[in-house]
Amino acid sequence: MTPPIETGSAQSATEQTIVCEVNGHRVTRRVNPLTSLLELLRDHLGLRGTKSACNEGECGACTVLVDQVAVNACLFLAVNAHGSKILTIEGMLQPGGGLDDVQRALVECGAVQCGFCTSGMVMRIRALVDEHRPNTDDVPSGMQVLPSRANIQKQLEGNLCRCTGYIKIVDAVEALFQNKYGNPA
Amino acid sequence: MKKQLDIIGQGLPKHDAGLRVSGKAIYGQDIVLPGMLYGAILRTEHPSASFSLDLTDALALPGVVCILTADDVDVNRIGYKRDHPVLKQGEVCCIRDEIAAVAAETREIAEAAVRRIKVQYEVRKPCCDPFDALQEEAPLINRYASGKFSNKNIAETFHYAHGDLDAERTRSRIILNRRFTLPRMTHACLGPSSITADYDVVSRKLKLYSSTQVPFLYQRDMAHALKMPPSDIRIIQPIIGGGFGSKLDMYPFEVICALLSMRTGRPVQIVYSRKEEFIASPTRQPMVIDLTAGIDADGKFTFREVDIVKDNGAYTSWGATTPFVIMQAFSSLYKVRACRFDAKAVYTHNVFAGSFRGYGNPQATFALERMIDLLADAIGMDKAVIRRINANEPGEITGQGLHYETCGHGECLDVVIRQSADARSTAIDAASRDRARYRSGVGFASMLHVGGGAKIYRSDGCGTTVRIDPYGHCTIITGSTEIGQGSETVLAMIAAEELGISLDRITVINSDTDVKPWDVGVHASRTSFVAGNSLLGAIAILRPKLESKARQLLQSGDIDLLFRNGRIETNDGEAHIALDKVVREMHFGEPNELAVASYFYEPPSQFQDAGFKGNVSGSYAFAAQAIEVEVDCCTGNVRVKNVWVAQDVGKVLNQMLLEGQIHGGVLQGIGYALYEELLMDEGYILNPNFHNYKLPTAADVPPIHFHPVETYDRHGPYGAKGVGEAPLIPTAAAIANAVSNAIGVEISSLPVTPEKVLRALEENKHKLHLA
Repeated sequence: MTPPIETGSAQSATEQTIVCEVNGHRVTRRVNPLTSLLELLRDHLGLRGTKSACNEGECGACTVLVDQVAVNACLFLAVNAHGSKILTIEGMLQPGGGLDDVQRALVECGAVQCGFCTSGMVMRIRALVDEHRPNTDDVPSGMQVLPSRANIQKQLEGNLCRCTGYIKIVDAVEALFQNKYGNPA
Repeated sequence: MKKQLDIIGQGLPKHDAGLRVSGKAIYGQDIVLPGMLYGAILRTEHPSASFSLDLTDALALPGVVCILTADDVDVNRIGYKRDHPVLKQGEVCCIRDEIAAVAAETREIAEAAVRRIKVQYEVRKPCCDPFDALQEEAPLINRYASGKFSNKNIAETFHYAHGDLDAERTRSRIILNRRFTLPRMTHACLGPSSITADYDVVSRKLKLYSSTQVPFLYQRDMAHALKMPPSDIRIIQPIIGGGFGSKLDMYPFEVICALLSMRTGRPVQIVYSRKEEFIASPTRQPMVIDLTAGIDADGKFTFREVDIVKDNGAYTSWGATTPFVIMQAFSSLYKVRACRFDAKAVYTHNVFAGSFRGYGNPQATFALERMIDLLADAIGMDKAVIRRINANEPGEITGQGLHYETCGHGECLDVVIRQSADARSTAIDAASRDRARYRSGVGFASMLHVGGGAKIYRSDGCGTTVRIDPYGHCTIITGSTEIGQGSETVLAMIAAEELGISLDRITVINSDTDVKPWDVGVHASRTSFVAGNSLLGAIAILRPKLESKARQLLQSGDIDLLFRNGRIETNDGEAHIALDKVVREMHFGEPNELAVASYFYEPPSQFQDAGFKGNVSGSYAFAAQAIEVEVDCCTGNVRVKNVWVAQDVGKVLNQMLLEGQIHGGVLQGIGYALYEELLMDEGYILNPNFHNYKLPTAADVPPIHFHPVETYDRHGPYGAKGVGEAPLIPTAAAIANAVSNAIGVEISSLPVTPEKVLRALEENKHKLHLA
C-alpha cells in the first residue's frame, strides 16, 4: 500500500514527506515539491553515481529506473516518486560486489571511455533489455522477438555520449540480447 | 620485432572500466569537502558594454559568504597572450565575461545572490565579424592586445613559405581559387566543467581539484594569475568527463574559485550548468580560408597559397596557435612543391575560440580536400587517382622539414579506395539515371597529423617512475593524464608486457602534481607515444636491477632471463624465481636497494625555427577516409551510409581502445560536417542547449569499417604512433566531397545543413536553366 502523501506542517508549508524505496532501502524525506528526483538522489541521499549533465532532459546522463521504467531524473519530481521503487547505478552491483550483466557487457565490449554518460547508459540499457525479456519461463529461449540493431540505436537516442561513437555501446546491447553475458541473478 | 608480444596489440577493456561502469568514479561534480561553499558567477548580459554594479541586495541574502568583483582582487591577467582579466572591470568584451562571483552556503543561495546583483549596462554595438574588426574605423576590442601588429585588432599572425611560387604558378595547367568558411563548434563534453578549490590559510597552500588536461602548465599559469609560488599550488585531477582539447587552457572561473576559497578560508566548488558550458567554454576556431592551388598537366600538385582569417573572439587562448598545425596540412599533406601560408587571428566581440581535437587540422583538411576534388574535376582526373599519385611517401622530408621516416599514406588510400569501390560504382550508376529523390555519392579525404608529440613548448617530455613492491605489485607513476582515452590501460599493458606482471596487479597513479613527474599534458595525440616511451625508459633502468639480483639468487650466470607470469625465468626454462621474492631480496639483502626507477623521455623532435621549419614531431600519422552519403533532394537531408577508415597507427597497442578512438572521432567529424554549429548573432549565443545544438546520437551512427595500417615507426613504443585526433580530421572533408559527388554542387562551408543543400540544388537548377 502506498502511504498517502503527508502535506506540510505549519513550519514548512511547502515541504512534503515522501516515502519510497531506493535500491531496496526504504527512504523517508521531506522535500520541496519542486525538488527533482536527481536532486533527491545526489544532494539529499548522497548517491552521486547518477550524473547531472544538462538538467533539462536532453542528455540522459541522469537516467534511473522508477518502477522499472527509465526516466530522466532531472525532469522527474521527487514527490512523484512517492511510493515507488527506484533503482540507481548504486543498486546495480550484484550481492558480493560483482558487476551485473549490462555492466559486464559494457566493460567487455569496450563501450566506456570518459564514463560520464555511462551510469545513465547502464540504466537505459537495463530497462531496454528487461522490456524484451520473456515474461514467463514457458517461452523457449530464442523465441523472444529481439530488436534490430537500428531499433536498438533508436532506443538509445536519448542518451548522449561524446566519446565512443556509440558503436561499442550498441555492440554491448546486441551481445546482451544474444545472452552472451548470461541472465543476472 | 625483438620478441613475441603477449599483451600489446590485444583488445583489452579499459583498466578502470569497472569503476566507471558502477558509478564509483568520482568526477569534479561529485566532490564534497567538509565546510564546502558553492560558487556561482555573474556573467554579462551584453557582449559589448560598460557596466556598474550594486551588490547591496545580494550581500543581504542570508547564506552569502563572499562576493568578489574586479575591485576586490589583485590578480594577473591570464591567457596565452595575457590579455584576459579574470574578473572584468567596468567593461565587457564578449557574452561569457565574468563580472562578479558569489560563494554561499548552498548552490541555490549562490544562484539567487547572482540574480540579486544589480547591473547597469551602457550597451555598445559589438563588432562580431573579423573582417569588420580589421577596418580602420572598428573599435579596439581588447584593450590588453599587444599592439605589435599592423592592426589594433590582430591577436596573432603566422607566415610560412617554401618553394618557388612563381615558377610553380607558371608550371600549373590549372589554377583554382576558392573561399572556405568554417563554423564555431563546441566540445560539449558530457561532464560539465567544474573545479573545487581548497585553500589552507595556515600553510598558505592551495589545493585544486581541477579537470585540466595540462596540470603542470596549469599550475604555473594559476601561480602567475594568483601571484603565488607554483610549488604552493597542488593540482589534483578527479576523473575527467571528457576533454577533446577544451581543458588545455586555464579559464577565469578556475582562478575565481581559488580566489573565493582564499578569501573565505573554506573549500569552494563551482560547477557549470549546461547553458554555461555552451556559453563559457572555448570553441573550435571559426575561420575563413582563401585557398589558391595549382596542378600540372601530369596531375601533380604545384603550389598552394593560403590566407586565413580566424575569429579569435575577445581573448586569446592556446587556440590562437592552431596555424602551427593548419600550415602542416597545406605545406605537407600530399607532395606539393611550393606553399605560402598567412594566417591572422582577429579579435571580435564573440566568445573566444580555443583548442579542439584536431587543432585546426579539420578546417585545413576541409579546404584542401575540397580543393583537390575541384582540381580533379577541372583537369578531368579520377578523384582516387589524383590523391594516390600525389600521396606522401616513406623517407620524404617535406618543404616544411617534416621527416616521414615511416608513412602509410599510400596504403591508407589504397585500402579505402578498394573498400569503397562498389559504393562508388553504384553512385555513378545512380547519377547517370534521371533525377532521383535520393542520390548517393562517395567522397575521399586524407589527413596528416603529428604522431609522436609536437614540440610547440620548450619540452615535449614526460616523466615516469615505476616501482615494484615486495608483494610483486607494480605501480606506475606517470606525468601523463587520462581524459577517458585509455592511456592508463596502455601504460599498464606495457608494464605487463615488459615485467610479466598480470594487469590486475598494476596500478597507475597520474592525478596529483605533488606526486607525479613533469609532463607537458594531454594534447597533440601524444600520450601513448610519449608516456609509453617514458615508461619503457623507466623499465629499461629497473629490469637490469631485478635481473642482477635474480642471477645472484638463481646462480644462473649470463643466461638470458625472461619476465613471465610473475616470475623471472632463465630462457632455457631450467630455473625461475618469483618476482616478489627478488624484490624482497633487493630490499633486505646486500646491497639494500629499492625496486624503483625513474626516467624522463624527450621525443626526438625539433622546436621549429622562426619560419616554422623543422621536424616538429617524433613521427607522423596518416589516414584516409572514404564516406558514402545519401542525399534526399526533397528535404536536403544528408545521411551517412558507410565510413571506410584506414589509419597509419604505426602499431596497434590495444585494438579495442583504438577502435573506440576511431568511432568516437569519426562521429564527432560527422557532427562537424552535418549538424554542429554554435550560432551567434551580434555576439549573443542563440543555441546554448542540447535541444538546439545537435550532437550526433546513437541513431545517427553509420557502419564504420576500420582498417589499421601498421608501419612500425622506430621511435614509437613498439612502433606505435599517436591516434587520438586523426579519425575526426578528414571526416567532414570526405562528407562534403561525397555530398558534392552525389548532387553536383559546390560545398564550401560547414555544417552541410539541409537548408544549404536545398539552396545549392536550387542554384544549380538556376544555372542549368541559364545554360
